[in-house]
Amino acid sequence: MSTTVPVTAKNSVAKKQTPEFVQLLDPDGHRLSDELYDPWVSDVTGDQLASLYEDLIIVRRIDAEATALQRQGELGLWPPLFGQEAAQVGSARTLRPDDFVFSSYRENAVAYCRGVKLPDLLRVWRGTAASGWNPFEVGMATPAIIIGAQTLHATGYALGCKYDGVDSVAVAYFGDGATSEGDVNEAMVFAASFAAPVIFFCQNNQWAISEPVGLQAQRPIADRAPGFGIPSIRVDGNDVLAVMAATRSALDRARNGAGPTFIEAVTYRRGPHTTSDDPSRYINPVVAKEWEARDPIARVEAYLRAEGVLTDALAASIQSRADQVAADFRAGCLALENPQPLSVFDNVYATEHTELSRQRSQYTAYLEGFDND
Amino acid sequence: MTELTLAKALGSGLRRALSDDDKVVLLGEDIGALGGVFRVTDGLQADFGKDRVIDTPLAEAGIIGTAVGLAFRGYRPVCEIQFDGFIYPGFDQIVAQVAKLHYRTAGKVRMPLTIRVPYGGGIGAVEHHSESPEAYFAHTAGLRVVTCSTPQDAHSMLREAIACDDPVLFFEPKRRYWTKGEVDEDATALPMGKARVVVEGSDVTLVSYGPLVGTALDAAAAAADDGVSIEVIDLRSLAPVDFDTVSASVRKTGRLVITHEAQQSGGLGAEIAATLTDRCFFYLEAAPVRITGFDVPYPPAKLEEHFLPDLDRILDGVDRTLGRVNSLTGWSAS
Repeated sequence: MSTTVPVTAKNSVAKKQTPEFVQLLDPDGHRLSDELYDPWVSDVTGDQLASLYEDLIIVRRIDAEATALQRQGELGLWPPLFGQEAAQVGSARTLRPDDFVFSSYRENAVAYCRGVKLPDLLRVWRGTAASGWNPFEVGMATPAIIIGAQTLHATGYALGCKYDGVDSVAVAYFGDGATSEGDVNEAMVFAASFAAPVIFFCQNNQWAISEPVGLQAQRPIADRAPGFGIPSIRVDGNDVLAVMAATRSALDRARNGAGPTFIEAVTYRRGPHTTSDDPSRYINPVVAKEWEARDPIARVEAYLRAEGVLTDALAASIQSRADQVAADFRAGCLALENPQPLSVFDNVYATEHTELSRQRSQYTAYLEGFDND
Repeated sequence: MTELTLAKALGSGLRRALSDDDKVVLLGEDIGALGGVFRVTDGLQADFGKDRVIDTPLAEAGIIGTAVGLAFRGYRPVCEIQFDGFIYPGFDQIVAQVAKLHYRTAGKVRMPLTIRVPYGGGIGAVEHHSESPEAYFAHTAGLRVVTCSTPQDAHSMLREAIACDDPVLFFEPKRRYWTKGEVDEDATALPMGKARVVVEGSDVTLVSYGPLVGTALDAAAAAADDGVSIEVIDLRSLAPVDFDTVSASVRKTGRLVITHEAQQSGGLGAEIAATLTDRCFFYLEAAPVRITGFDVPYPPAKLEEHFLPDLDRILDGVDRTLGRVNSLTGWSAS
């Protein structure tokens, strides 16, 4: 199939005029028309949408595998992205290799799209390393765990791109909780003042651990950005096509010197904050059920089946590929080597200083004492 | 060789760094047209442009965090924190990001930031303008912390800090900004990690740094009149501390007095006393003595003379190590 993903007589429904909420695929898989955002995805073919569908299936599958690995004692912790696949895949798949991502810890689908080797996603959670990969090989910094800190890094990186005269863009991923942090607000001030080519990509997954988004914001989060002088887009974060369109429009602005854009991708964290969390203490199951009906994968599947792109055979082969990726992911996890004891001293500095070398030397002697026993 | 104030020597160091390396950028509040509240960056924006000498919004976390992003992009940022007491909003970015990124990324990401901080009291300022927060940073693995006491060191150490591939907290003794001295831009400088024996002596080792080095030298001169020979060490680097130089001195004198403006508990003096006791125990003739600010918030200007160590308090500490009559003779905690 090489047809694009257009609004056709067969699949279209009349769209309510809600410019404040971009949606191109509704939860039932209907393609909605949108004058402003349709042009940004007019080139996306049915096959390309099927490829995004495969990404969604795979990242959901590896996310489930990582949760299982944690339950089996192979990981200390895991922050599931279940429910947020479209927000992450739709945005990350629009980036160029020379763009640079600064994310939080739940963006494992973004990392997957950037080309991070799968076992590298697990090093931190298995405790074998302080981070998983070389940021410069994949154009993505290793995650910041301090909430919101990375938004400033993205802004500074974007400023550097501007000074270098290149049209690369920095993308900061963060959640609804992070928008209350000073760093995020400072990042928006800096980005606006210097017209930095940065995208503030907020996944509003409705929860900051147990705190509902209503505790962070009394209005839609996207409404905050214009106060900083940053245009914002509120997009259905469970609609991979809409997320892609919104991100492409923001990238275009950034590449053309128009500065930062804020995207609020409205989604829902269907799993716990991390494997240590117990959402049954605070979620409303009725609301959770409503979000289940807005699942990011089901709508793409419905659309692709209606269009005849997705057959049972293709669906089965994608699922089988996802299972294989998950099996490799698990094997890669179990093969991660524990670090050597003395590596605890490595890389504190680019040039190690004498006092640290002294501690290293003394601890070496201490450890060698056990060999002599 | 030119005679410069310490502030001008810092400015000439920044100018050389900007000239020598295109990747050096300055970020801070009021560092552009104004030239900084202490005029350290005077004229730099006019000569190097607004993209290299950047007036930032008023947000310290923003300054440091943006510099982190610039470092990711290959830049070598020099951040100015306007006053010591303003650094705390940037504390998280410094200790949780700047200090840890090289370790976190197994050396893949370097953080060659220099964070300049005018510090210390003695200028009759209001609250938050006279603090000495160096111990917080000396305690943080991944940072280097240095301070200067002369115009030549101000110039040379600042350039070395900027060229350093590790993050450096560069503390500037603000009450010494107007101290004059000869500066040779091309001098072969003592590495910033090394302490300097400023005056040799045989009876007591007096360790100081930054704003109190001048006071320590005055104390040594006064003691000499009294027949006591004091060896004065300018520590220069606070993380790491050059314990080899201090140890060599204490092995010679057998007595150690440490003086700094910062509060006593958990300060550099405690670290130096502990380490020197460990390394020089059998050479010590007396317990090490700390002459420091008291464990109180920095007081109002009219009280700062009762907070800051001065010549007399330092000499009183020297007397304690010599077993001479001193202010604690006959004093009892009960």
